[in-house]
Amino acid sequence: MSTQDVLVVAEIQRETLGDVTLELLAAARGLATATGGQVVAVVLSADGASHSAALGAADRIVLVDDPLLAAYAPEPFVAALQEVVAAEQPSVVLIGATSIGWDLAPLLAARLDLPLVTGCKAIQAEGQKLRVTASFCGGKMTAQVLAPTSPAIVMVLPGSFRPNGEAGKAVVQQRKLAAPFSSGAVNFQQWILPEGGDLDITQQEILVAVGRGIQQKENLEVAEELAQALGGALCASRPVIDQGWLPATRQVGKSGMTVKPRCFLALGISGAPEHVEGMKDSDLIVAVNTDPKAPIFDVAHYGVVADVLDLAPALTKALKRN
Amino acid sequence: MNIAVVVRQVPDLIEPLEIDSSGATLDLSSASFIVNESDDHALEQAILVKEAGGATVSVVALDFGDVDNTLYTAAAKGADRIIKLSLDGEPPSPRAAAALYAAALKPLNPDLVLVGVQAHDELDGGLSPFLAAALGLPYVGVICGVRRGAEPGTVTVCKEFPGAVMAQLNVKLPVVLGIVGAEQPPRYVPVAKIRAAMKSAQFEEQVAVAPGATPPLSICRLEPPASGSHAEMLSGSEDEVAARIAEILAQKGLRK
Repeated sequence: MSTQDVLVVAEIQRETLGDVTLELLAAARGLATATGGQVVAVVLSADGASHSAALGAADRIVLVDDPLLAAYAPEPFVAALQEVVAAEQPSVVLIGATSIGWDLAPLLAARLDLPLVTGCKAIQAEGQKLRVTASFCGGKMTAQVLAPTSPAIVMVLPGSFRPNGEAGKAVVQQRKLAAPFSSGAVNFQQWILPEGGDLDITQQEILVAVGRGIQQKENLEVAEELAQALGGALCASRPVIDQGWLPATRQVGKSGMTVKPRCFLALGISGAPEHVEGMKDSDLIVAVNTDPKAPIFDVAHYGVVADVLDLAPALTKALKRN
Repeated sequence: MNIAVVVRQVPDLIEPLEIDSSGATLDLSSASFIVNESDDHALEQAILVKEAGGATVSVVALDFGDVDNTLYTAAAKGADRIIKLSLDGEPPSPRAAAALYAAALKPLNPDLVLVGVQAHDELDGGLSPFLAAALGLPYVGVICGVRRGAEPGTVTVCKEFPGAVMAQLNVKLPVVLGIVGAEQPPRYVPVAKIRAAMKSAQFEEQVAVAPGATPPLSICRLEPPASGSHAEMLSGSEDEVAARIAEILAQKGLRK
């Protein structure tokens, strides 16, 4: 028998509570208010108590402390989550669309044979079902999905919900796993941090970002000249980094840096959710793309439908002229 | 090492996406297809592991879109076996497709299954974890590098986290890995080499076994995001637009 509760999977990376957790709690509060259920945060770790204070927006916090959860590996985390879901019987399980979430959510859905919706940007209760507004096709298409609350597992795109700053009196419950499990197939060895030496794009006031529209490495010069004319720095979306044209420290987005500069010029970037996640809070966003339907225009303040290789030199010239 | 790679076809996002008359499904009849980008990285990673110490690389794909071109390119890159699964109609959801791929992969007894961590047209999760579940193998995803481990029967992988941070993991084989990026960009293959592969490569053709009864998600409506729904669009000649942007930057005190 499922309850109307909404379960939020708290995410802890390198002993820090991920921002996405507070966003999930905000989404959960909206749902729980509609269904009359509680917001339940579950913390999987070896020592979750230290994160309880930050989870005050929940009604209950379930702390699952087990030595197997000290370092991340999918199997023990999914096994623990499976046990919690079976005990709590929530109507919905919210998980961030993060590096860890992309392991846990589908594996849990497969193990419990539950419906899974990815790319969630908005969510609301609709009778005994959930209506999920989900982004796919690189942000170029939006789907309205109805999912049964049996429960449903929903992967929420980071940045889709604003933390509401609630600090209630969440009840903390310790849960000891009845059957902790790990086959030992995946074992954490070490964290690899980015090499020092490159400039820190999170500290730059002006960023010129390039995407596929830059077409080839030689064309980076056009963007570099523009960045210099603005007194800014060059960064990129994933496809440019994958080509090895710029170092990983210049990547903006889910696997790269989250930046909030005073000005972000997006050149030839379509605006896939994974990129937007890392730059949407910039003070001023100017986007240039040949596709008038590019999703980047949904987050930009100003947009230009043009080829970056034409507009960037013209803008550099205009900046130098003045 | 016995490596299997799954490669999928996805609509090319360079072309406009169309919605069919139901309003709830993509109209793929006029779409052009390309290899799923992270699957291309998975293939590259498999070839890199093979080059580093020997391996057999088998590539499995559903017969859909421009798959022959993708498979000949895979052969030209160094894939040893090509298995093409014939299919009635359009590809099923990732979850249902996992059963099809699992049926084809099991007889291969792979040590390592590499699949792109995500395809842009998926709404109900990534194929790779569902495939791991269907095969009964461990899984870890968002992987951007795979090397043979110090111990036999293991690989060392890097899992991406925000901030250009990676977790180095030791993984026992067999395993399914969701690849987000190879250690180097997918290699360019000259057309002549692909033509040569078209003459020499043999596809092993199999009938895809019908998926189980996993119900698809109930999609009520599809819609493209409204064009420029947030941005103020600037128009005019390049010089006019450039001058306007320069003016906006100056007004906000953002000029050098």
